[in-house]
Amino acid sequence: MTASEDTVETKTRGRSWRDVDLRAVAPFAALALLLIVGALVNPNFIGINNLANVATRSAFIAIIAVGATFVISSGDLDLSVGSMVAFVASIMIIFMNSGAIADPGLMLAAAIVLTMVIGGACGLANGLITTVGKIEPFIATLGTMGIYRGLTTWLSQGGAITLREPELQALYRPAYFGYILGVPVPIVVILVVTAIAAFILYRTRYGRHVVAVGSNADVARYSGIPVNRVRTIAFVIQGLCVAIAVLLYVPRLGSTSATTGILWELQAITAVVVGGTALKGGAGRVWGTICGAFILELVGNIMLLSNFISEYLIGAIQGAIIIIAMLVQRSLVRKS
Amino acid sequence: MNPDAADGAPVVLSARRISKSFSGVQVLFSVNFELRAGEIHALMGENGAGKSTLVKILSGFEQPTSGEILLDGQPVKLPPNGQAEHLGIVIIHQEFNLAEHLTVTESLFLGREVTRLGVLDRKFMRAETRRVLDQLGSHVDENAFISSLSIADKQMVEIAKAISRDARIIFMDEPTAVLSREETNYLFRQVRKLREKGTSFVFVSHKLDEVMELTDRVTVLRDGQWVKTAPTSILDGEAIAQLMVGRELSSLYPGKQEPSVDEEVTLAVSGLTTHYVQDASFEVRKGEILGFSGLIGSGRTELMEAVAGLRARLSGEVTVRGESVAGGDVHAANRVGIAYMTKDRKHKGLLLNSRMTANLTLQSLDQHGKYGYLSPKSEAAALERARRRFDIRVRDGRVVAGRMSGGNQQKLLLAKVMETEPDVIIIDEPTRGIDVGTKQQIYHFISALARDGKSIIVVSSEMPEIIGLCTRVAVMREGRIVGILEGEEISEQEIMRYSAGLKKRTAA
Repeated sequence: MTASEDTVETKTRGRSWRDVDLRAVAPFAALALLLIVGALVNPNFIGINNLANVATRSAFIAIIAVGATFVISSGDLDLSVGSMVAFVASIMIIFMNSGAIADPGLMLAAAIVLTMVIGGACGLANGLITTVGKIEPFIATLGTMGIYRGLTTWLSQGGAITLREPELQALYRPAYFGYILGVPVPIVVILVVTAIAAFILYRTRYGRHVVAVGSNADVARYSGIPVNRVRTIAFVIQGLCVAIAVLLYVPRLGSTSATTGILWELQAITAVVVGGTALKGGAGRVWGTICGAFILELVGNIMLLSNFISEYLIGAIQGAIIIIAMLVQRSLVRKS
Repeated sequence: MNPDAADGAPVVLSARRISKSFSGVQVLFSVNFELRAGEIHALMGENGAGKSTLVKILSGFEQPTSGEILLDGQPVKLPPNGQAEHLGIVIIHQEFNLAEHLTVTESLFLGREVTRLGVLDRKFMRAETRRVLDQLGSHVDENAFISSLSIADKQMVEIAKAISRDARIIFMDEPTAVLSREETNYLFRQVRKLREKGTSFVFVSHKLDEVMELTDRVTVLRDGQWVKTAPTSILDGEAIAQLMVGRELSSLYPGKQEPSVDEEVTLAVSGLTTHYVQDASFEVRKGEILGFSGLIGSGRTELMEAVAGLRARLSGEVTVRGESVAGGDVHAANRVGIAYMTKDRKHKGLLLNSRMTANLTLQSLDQHGKYGYLSPKSEAAALERARRRFDIRVRDGRVVAGRMSGGNQQKLLLAKVMETEPDVIIIDEPTRGIDVGTKQQIYHFISALARDGKSIIVVSSEMPEIIGLCTRVAVMREGRIVGILEGEEISEQEIMRYSAGLKKRTAA
């Protein structure tokens, strides 16, 4: 009995390399392909400087998309993230401009805390409207998308909100432009955020609940999982990720306007889908999401470095990518 | 009753030596059936006797493997997918085929809208709908939305739809399962009216009293075989029940073990009421297997879901070993040791796209690590244990649940529920859709759990299962527990009498 079971196990292991989940591998294969294409287009492309640059610039979308992975895995959708970036960033700059705290270091610390709180609260609002209000997430976050955007426009009075305090600026600048052990800070942040997210999604009770709720809410309910709480927390995680992206965004430009973060929701969702997470919920792939965000930025970079396609078409290409990704995902599902 | 009306009337639809197999499993064996003009013909039999299959064949939804169908004496091949409607053959499904967002008129004319110059002629369609409803004596508003109608009225709209399409033969599958007594009377009046006009009905039902009241003739099927066709007037409920059952129980079941009378009461439910279930009270002792029998829609699942905290209760109390359990809270129920195993394993039990491990531990993740962390090692060990304990046979341990056989899925679901280490286990339809070998295994698991001192409730529509496993049987009918049978009383006939409403609880 044990002997036969052992042989079964060995067989399984021996076969495992062949039936790797294609959906998990596809985004990384696409990334490799892009790198080769890029190298052919322009030799400068493959240089470490260029790639680090691309990775750094992908940070905003990547971090937001990590949050989106939770929301989408639990079967929901958040369209408000782009507006939320603008809104949270505006509040952060307004607070730093207010001079409420004299010491720049303390001021910065307080601003960071405030940003995280506002981001979490925005996510909580999305979550409660969706779960307690029982409104389709698509509609609920379409509404808050308008609200956050409108509030930003109002706060900025249609113009820009700029960080005025030079001392604060100098203090805060390294958060985007600095290096840790030779690695740009945004890349470090991406890796840390993703590692934490992957741990939560794959190694904790909450992560398992997210996947269960996303793949079948009835099964989850019958298994005693508090479905609405799980969904709401996913929205809060999304809000916190948006806040982290804002913490990197503000030192970069030191200013926001009503047009900050426009269409970022499209990019974030694209990154998630390209990364292999099923849009109908039930399978989250955090590392795939990061890969997806990187692919999006790479495509833009290749377009800039090559002269074939106008860079004004970047939006159109990104739109096409999400459609292609869905088609690929579906064909892979059929095959498996 | 109207015994003479159909006597000697021409036969409109008949089936000769119909056999049907589904992927090698024969479910109908050379069945004969005959429907006369203007008669109401009851089709009876236990679950799995082949009634639904016969109805589907006679209405064109399935083709027979062999045998022939005659319409007005002419052999026909009925067209599939409800196109037999054009021949005047209509089936009214248990779950209605009405779109909730349409009005009554729109539903009646769905797919054959009347137009004038390309524009919908709403006035004409409304008038026509009114005419048909009046003809039925129904007061349903032709402009009302389907969603606003009671179930009885929806049924009436279905019938109106059938009539407006010139149906001559109407199949009704358990039409009264969801109706109150009053609504049933109303329905029967309309059916009788139509019979006078020559419409024929095939009435599939488990309710003996209704069959006696309404129908002209009865055909009984048992295990896919034709048993008898006779005028209703010469039969009585007892005789029909006898015809439907007439089978020996095999050795599928392990020996019963009755708990001693002074054994501790684990679960006590008193006066439990939900929107449908009324005032349900019962107790289960340590080591006991209590059966819940009754027709589909009698409220068994709803009662059990209320006990397990999956459904809110309006009143009543649930206690486990004297400790009261809060209502509508699955967690609270789990904590005191109540576990509910759903009958709908594909939609409510298992994550079909997830592997066995994720399914197994979903309800008991707390055991696999502190502070929300999950230990893969601990989960793997749990799977190994469960596979051995419940004999889950899969070649690859990483297969997703959806690709496993029904029997293995059921074992996995049982294992998942048992992972919560419950003392009271409610098993709803323990063997739905699984092969006989696995059935036997599951029966032995259940029996072994009881011997280990667990209290078990088995809800089942398969009477042999209830009789073979349980030492006491509660019978439900229309949301109430109408009797609790013990010892010698537990027989198919007796259960049938209670569930069909021929008999009620003798002692309070």
